[in-house]
Amino acid sequence: MARTSYLCWSLLTFLLAFSTQSAEMPLNMTQGVTEISQQVYDLHMKIFYICCAIGIAVFGVMFWSIIHHRKSKGVEPAQFHESTKVELLWTAMPVIILIMMAIPATQTLIAMEDTSEADITVLITGSQWKWHYKYMDHKVEYFSLLATPRQQIDNKLSKGENYLLEVDRPLVIPTGKKVRFLVTSDDVIHSWWVPAFAVKKDANPGFINEAWTRVDHPGIYRGQCAELCGKDHGFMPVVVIAKEQSDFDQWIAQEAATQAAAKEAELKLLAMNMSKEELMTLGEKVYMGYCAACHQPNGMGIPGVFPALKGSKMALEDLPAHIDIVLNGKTGTSMQAFDKQLTLSEIAAVVTYERNAWDNNTGDLVQAADIAKAQSK
Amino acid sequence: MSTVTTDPHAHAEHEHHGPAKGLKRWLYTTNHKDIGTLYLLFSLLMFFIGGAMAMVIRAELFQPGLQIVDPNFFNQMTTVHGLIMVFGAVMPAFTGLANWLIPMMIGAPDMALPRMNNWSFWILPFAFSILLASLFMEGGGPSFGWTFYAPLSTTYSNDSTALFVFSVHIMGISSIMGAINVIVTIMNLRAPGMTYMKMPLFVWTWFITAYLLIAVMPVLAGVVTMVLTDKYFGTSFFDAAGGGDPVLFQHIFWFFGHPEVYIMILPAFGIISSIVPTFSRKPLFGYASMVYATSSIALLSFLVWAHHMFTTGMPVAAELFFMYCTMLIAVPTGVKVFNWVATMWRGAMTFEVPMMFSLAFIVLFTIGGFSGLMLAITPADFQYHDTYFVVAHFHYVLVTGAVFSIMAAAYYWLPKWTGHMYDETLGQWHFWCSLISVNVLFFPMHFVGLAGMPRRIPDYALQFADFNALISIGGFAFGLSQLLFVWLVVKCIKGGEKATDQVWEGAEGLEWTIASPAPYHSFTTPPEIK
Repeated sequence: MARTSYLCWSLLTFLLAFSTQSAEMPLNMTQGVTEISQQVYDLHMKIFYICCAIGIAVFGVMFWSIIHHRKSKGVEPAQFHESTKVELLWTAMPVIILIMMAIPATQTLIAMEDTSEADITVLITGSQWKWHYKYMDHKVEYFSLLATPRQQIDNKLSKGENYLLEVDRPLVIPTGKKVRFLVTSDDVIHSWWVPAFAVKKDANPGFINEAWTRVDHPGIYRGQCAELCGKDHGFMPVVVIAKEQSDFDQWIAQEAATQAAAKEAELKLLAMNMSKEELMTLGEKVYMGYCAACHQPNGMGIPGVFPALKGSKMALEDLPAHIDIVLNGKTGTSMQAFDKQLTLSEIAAVVTYERNAWDNNTGDLVQAADIAKAQSK
Repeated sequence: MSTVTTDPHAHAEHEHHGPAKGLKRWLYTTNHKDIGTLYLLFSLLMFFIGGAMAMVIRAELFQPGLQIVDPNFFNQMTTVHGLIMVFGAVMPAFTGLANWLIPMMIGAPDMALPRMNNWSFWILPFAFSILLASLFMEGGGPSFGWTFYAPLSTTYSNDSTALFVFSVHIMGISSIMGAINVIVTIMNLRAPGMTYMKMPLFVWTWFITAYLLIAVMPVLAGVVTMVLTDKYFGTSFFDAAGGGDPVLFQHIFWFFGHPEVYIMILPAFGIISSIVPTFSRKPLFGYASMVYATSSIALLSFLVWAHHMFTTGMPVAAELFFMYCTMLIAVPTGVKVFNWVATMWRGAMTFEVPMMFSLAFIVLFTIGGFSGLMLAITPADFQYHDTYFVVAHFHYVLVTGAVFSIMAAAYYWLPKWTGHMYDETLGQWHFWCSLISVNVLFFPMHFVGLAGMPRRIPDYALQFADFNALISIGGFAFGLSQLLFVWLVVKCIKGGEKATDQVWEGAEGLEWTIASPAPYHSFTTPPEIK
């Protein structure tokens, strides 16, 4: 009796938990917003229903036996133990069902892998722990970083609606166009995934994978890195905004202009010197965005994994080596090359910050021109 | 399936010497029963250590945000939990069962290579001490997932990798020696008249498993060695900058990894095929087709490895090939499930704890098989891959599959091992608590996976919060329920109702013809099978 009531109670809790949550989290795979994602959803449902039907039949027979063929009912066990006919039947039947399933799956798969005749191409590069987007047909490229504040992750601030699924600069693509993605990585394997497009492709260092999508409706679509890529694997979301072609054209033109202007301004900066205060403010911002994930906000690193910068010989003494490692990274470690990721003034600022923060009071000021000089070596 | 002509009680009188006393008995033992016991107790210990790590994982995932551990340690927990459960809990448990049961089932006095048997067990504690000790290194233990994909495990790992590689080497040596022993024993020590097609299915499935082990454990040893040389000796097997390929790692790893999952499930099939006929009081349906199905699964397991890698960017022809082969595995697996159900059909069933675990196995393993079939559909796999749907899938086949079968086996043979019946009420409590909690734990994972939650993340978006809390509650309950099992086993070893030699009314096979508890040396003269 106690056993039954325990069972009922647990089932009830389980069902209650279901009914209250269903409004928030979808219980099924998304149908997505593309023709392909719809096909994938249909395949998913088809194989699911087949499994349900087989399950009901097999478990039905089993529970029929459990209820009716029990010793307590005084039944005498039969002694049959084989039947070639039945055994052949239940070998052949699944084969036929599987062939019926394989045909639509093959058609969808071939369509998914056909990346030819794309209208626009975006190169997606993963690195620990951010995505980089480069439009191959335009002079536009940028990094896309997690925008959720650290305090929310540490439970010091209440969490926003798109907690861990928000980035500073989303990828923007036009609607109604075949967009081809070239996917690669700078360090370990990542996987670029947007469920609404049914696109998940591994980013392999040294190799380029292809995928594509055609989104019909404007909107914001969110995904995440799907392949374990180290400490902050859970903190590198993907956000894609699909815009009408005209809006997209306007956006990309503006973006190209802004990036060109920034490059010019950068050159002008070479002639100027920033004050220590300016360098430290910008430096702290860059440090928290790009460096703190490994070297930690307090500069202490993680012993045995990521070296400390506070009190380190490089940050206190060897300035050229310090600039060099930020610019070019260190092969064989997770230390990336930030040459292409950051502007000259950002690199100058972050090096200055690292040499003056956390009691590293060297007093060294590094300017954009110093970085340019190191770059040209 | 076999008839015994010798007097079942004759052997007890022939007992000429018993075990040595104290610690030396266990250190120096070459007795298959002692070694079987060591394996089983070791795997129980590992089950709780790996389980404790799962508790850490579930505690961190109870709520969104980072509360208890940092992401680096979280990754170490997922990695070492996986390694311990696969290599420390499930595999040694099956080896322990093989040690105890195969000689008794085929009428042999012991395993064929008893000294190697001792060694294959006693290197295991060293392997796992090394692995666990690495957690205390500066920077922590391995944190790249139990699949240790390069270059995360090479260029981007810390120095605990060297210890990880060494410990996997030792585990591999132990498994290979165990497998050789099983094969040699089965080939040479069967009692007169026990032809291959008269062997109990547990012996058959282990025979096939042992070949799988010998085929793929060296591949694992190879791939960890390549990781070691890439990291420390300047090779570039998996580094594109030196002409290698990170995806090559995955091909080699999964060429080991897929047969490995059958290594962990084929002996389970053998256990269920022993228990279901006993409590249905009816012979196993389709013995021959069970043997053929097991062999087909083993052969197909070498042709499906890349279904773990559909998102790596393989050519479409390869994706199609691996999709078709994977779907094909559903056929022999289906045959097995149909056979078990047909065995129960028109039997006279009773529902002692081993049967309850076996029935739960059939239903829940089949659910894991269904999600496996769904995962085989490549386009759908692009959505499922590396989400909690996969986590749900492999926990259904490994926990409610492999682990439940081990539980069933423990209950089924405990009276034979200890000479006492276990406490049936306590066993039923253990079963029902495990059954309910394991489903609260793993079933909702299907939903969070379909809703888009990736695996191996220490923190998640808010929409997944309620389900994760529920999953964690299920996890804690499942963990606690297993303490009942320990209590039950201790109780059963200490005493209890005396078990008869036959133990179970419907049981058939040579192990039920010898005394309970089984004498230290059994079948010193082989029984004859008609």
